[in-house]
Amino acid sequence: HLTTSLPLPSERDHLRPRIDLIVFMIDIKSKYSFKNVEASLAHLDASFFLGKVCFLVTGVGRVNYCSIEMNAIWKLGEVYCSPVLFCELELEGLRIATAQRLLRMLQICAGHIPGVSALSFGTLMRNSADD
Amino acid sequence: QENTDPHRTAFLLRKQWTLYSVTPLYKFYNSNLRDYARLLSAFIAAEKQKGLAVEVGVELDLKVAVSSIPDLKGSDRDEAAILVQLSSRSRASPKNSEEKLVWSGCFCCVFGDHLSENVSDDFTYLPLFLVNGAESYTSIVGMWFQKTFDCCFRRLAINPLNLSWMAAMWTGCKVDKTTSAVELVFSVPCLPYPLDISYAIHPEDAKALWDTVQKTPGEITQEEVDVFMDCLYSHFHRHFKIRLSATKLVKVSTAVASAHSDGIIKFLQSKYLTGVLMLLTELAISQIQ
Repeated sequence: HLTTSLPLPSERDHLRPRIDLIVFMIDIKSKYSFKNVEASLAHLDASFFLGKVCFLVTGVGRVNYCSIEMNAIWKLGEVYCSPVLFCELELEGLRIATAQRLLRMLQICAGHIPGVSALSFGTLMRNSADD
Repeated sequence: QENTDPHRTAFLLRKQWTLYSVTPLYKFYNSNLRDYARLLSAFIAAEKQKGLAVEVGVELDLKVAVSSIPDLKGSDRDEAAILVQLSSRSRASPKNSEEKLVWSGCFCCVFGDHLSENVSDDFTYLPLFLVNGAESYTSIVGMWFQKTFDCCFRRLAINPLNLSWMAAMWTGCKVDKTTSAVELVFSVPCLPYPLDISYAIHPEDAKALWDTVQKTPGEITQEEVDVFMDCLYSHFHRHFKIRLSATKLVKVSTAVASAHSDGIIKFLQSKYLTGVLMLLTELAISQIQ
């Protein structure tokens, strides 16, 4: 399911399946996408932030197009206790790898991987980001 | 602020300069400037012989001058700037015709303290290179410096974040006669045709806005720059329903200076020359590292 902002329209609430993972996409070239994500986060129920939210920052290949400060992005991840992934959509290899990563996260969030819970994302992801 | 003699640095004003970052020069000595000029002159002549002629038709004698500008620096730890100038004189009437300056290149370092921390005497740290003149001369001169001093030149790009910083900083500067508007140019992405949006703001209005945002005079924070830009974006959106924050800021023009994301700068006020050079030096250093 793809949407440009939250909250989702309430008319279709009863038809909507359970949501296991929400990926907020931020385009590093667009300050507006960052503001939009910030505004949408306010509409999200707090229970999602226990491992069911992740931030995906795209367009990171081109440093010269950077319109968002990295500190602001790190802070967002910290404040909402959610992992921050980076991706360059235009590079096929990276795109596929990121998609596989998100799929794996989704499997865990949906409870399809026994022994691993979404709650552990917080600690696991934070270590790799500090490297 | 400066002990700089404004006359010696006046050549930088009101000209368009293309920016490069340069890695440290190996075994470059201020005492050998005359020799370097001679060697560079010979190199250019040799390249012309090879058929890489820069001027077709009229035969021009190119004279090379390499000089030091001790006034062009920030702190005492900075190296003095080095100016390379190519002048031409028409061979047809050498006595009568005057020398014409055709190309200038200036290596400088203004408050580049972080680079010179691991100082090795064999290296000269002049990370910022400004060029005015034909690209063909730039590539020949660049080639000679790279061969001779084992350094590397890269075009200095300026991203939207840094341009926003410049817009805020320069808007806040006190200028005697503010005749020029603050102009921001944005490039709109994801369109099949190129589209630029130009947003001009009356300089007094812009300064008034910045003055309400800036908390401590002489200090600027990222947060203040963000608030300043957001106000400008909101104002524009209110009138034109276009979100500038989703576009790419590519050019900033103020009474102090103008900067383009391709790494092109124009200095307009000698009073703030050092300040702008300091910012550009910092950008050059971060591009090298």
